[in-house]
Amino acid sequence: MFTVHERFEKAPKMMREVYCETLSELALENENIVVLDADLVSSSGMKPFFKAFPERAIQCGVAEANMIGIAAGLSCMGKIPFAHSFGCFASRRVCDQIMISAAYAQQNVRIIGTDPGVTAAYNGGTHMPFEDMGVLRSIPEITLIELTDTVMLRDIVTQLTKSYGVYYLRMARKNVTAIYCEGSRFEIGKGNVLADGRDVSIIASGIMVAESLKAMEILKSEGISARIVDMFTWKPIDAQLVADCARETGAIVTAENHNVIGGLGSAVSEAVVQSCPVLVEMVGVKDKFGQVGTEDFLRKAYDLTAEAIVAAAKRAVGRKG
Amino acid sequence: MDLEKELLDIKVAAENIRLVTLETLGNIGFGHVGGAMSIVEALAVLYYSELECDPKRPDWAQRDRLVMSKGHAGPALYATLSLKGFFPKEMLLELNQGGGRLPSHCDMNKTIGVDMTTGSLGQGISSAIGLAMGARLNSIENYTYLVLGDGECNEGQVWEGVIFAAHQKLGSLITFVDWNKQQLDGFTKDIMDMGNLEEKFKAFGWHTVTVDGHDPGKIKAAIQEAKAIKDKPSAIILDTIKGYGCDFAQGVEANHHMNFTKEQMDEAIDKQVRKLEEARKAAQER
Repeated sequence: MFTVHERFEKAPKMMREVYCETLSELALENENIVVLDADLVSSSGMKPFFKAFPERAIQCGVAEANMIGIAAGLSCMGKIPFAHSFGCFASRRVCDQIMISAAYAQQNVRIIGTDPGVTAAYNGGTHMPFEDMGVLRSIPEITLIELTDTVMLRDIVTQLTKSYGVYYLRMARKNVTAIYCEGSRFEIGKGNVLADGRDVSIIASGIMVAESLKAMEILKSEGISARIVDMFTWKPIDAQLVADCARETGAIVTAENHNVIGGLGSAVSEAVVQSCPVLVEMVGVKDKFGQVGTEDFLRKAYDLTAEAIVAAAKRAVGRKG
Repeated sequence: MDLEKELLDIKVAAENIRLVTLETLGNIGFGHVGGAMSIVEALAVLYYSELECDPKRPDWAQRDRLVMSKGHAGPALYATLSLKGFFPKEMLLELNQGGGRLPSHCDMNKTIGVDMTTGSLGQGISSAIGLAMGARLNSIENYTYLVLGDGECNEGQVWEGVIFAAHQKLGSLITFVDWNKQQLDGFTKDIMDMGNLEEKFKAFGWHTVTVDGHDPGKIKAAIQEAKAIKDKPSAIILDTIKGYGCDFAQGVEANHHMNFTKEQMDEAIDKQVRKLEEARKAAQER
């Protein structure tokens, strides 16, 4: 069960602070938790963990492929490895290692890809993953989650110390908008309906959840009732909820900080066409590479804004049959 | 048991593994003959002498692990595991059969006794490191054995792992490089010349030795030497011949994956039966 804030502000703590705190608390109780990093410990905010649990914190140097393989081997010995890097290097660079050593070998591995999409900001195009979820989505049995805020982060990371399989967590490192109230609980594989609506469903993820909530207010003032869904699990997608949205609102807008090809737009469309085909408008990166800039500049450059969602929702509603 | 007798017994085991590997491949008429033949003696020394395992308890936590990173040598490992009693010999008929438990490349979830899934070259070293570090974290005093192909050493990930294992002073990791001088497309000197592998591993901070990879005594001595070194991972470069002991494969450039006739294989098997008998005789006479 979850509850949503009435007003949306940036959370006081950074995602990486909460990640480190959470894993450190869990590691006190669970000696099988092991952390691996590829020369980004400072960036991932895990220095306190490395200090507190030096034997269970493995610095792999700038060698991500080796890191994922080591994580798979640790899993064979009953460990619960959490391996981090920037999203680009935690996905596309190590796709085959995740596929074979982790997933195909049926191991128990968590991969954390930080700095999703435009949040990579000044690191620019080489470091800006618009493709991480898309690259990994075709790996069988993998679970793909984009963490919305710190409250979700804490709950999901805790759950992942008690589950088995290969999980990729896409998460921003710094301050994101707080959507959920403390104490909220989340079910992996189930989308959250944050607000109900009749005319269109906006299915969003990550930083686009807050934009969707803003869009909802604008649409309301224009007489359009939008349902807002936080689809934080991209795989397995909550196909039942997507079908319900299609059937009950007749139009869908997806909103993601990722390439719509292979991303949430694709995942939702695949579910829609197999259940209740309706029009799907996609807000997201339209098959472009990343670039440098502030996050604000980049959000505008790639149309990842509440305004873009409003326009898409109006198009969707206008084209309903 | 005195060493000379033990080595004669290992020799018998090796000839038997080679025979059963040939029979297993013979059932389907094709397969990775070359790289299976070249690793037979190392497998015999491991499973009949140096590697601690228990076929009755394949999940025994304290056991030594083997990662066959050159996963295409699966048939030789399957023959070994079957002879050791991990699974019945009849199961060898499942090699490469749809729905079977013996895929062309090693799969820990399909075959009892296989410790890690391999086949995408270059990945085995990293998982072997993880197995060794996991054992260290679990206070298990065991060894993790890794078999790399020489062609496989073209992969960059191999060298990521080599650097890492030295940095971690991973003394429980004992690596074999099956230096059979051939890779899929031909001779390594023509396809991708790796230069001096022993010097390379040494330069990366490993304990390194090169031995005759078809001499069980030399392999056993190299493993014992490696076990005594606690602060460095060890690389044992096995000087081998791809296709060794199988006349239609040995000395042939394209012997990585071969189709062969029943007559060719029958001849190879007949010869191998005689070699096994000779080895048995020598062991019994001792």
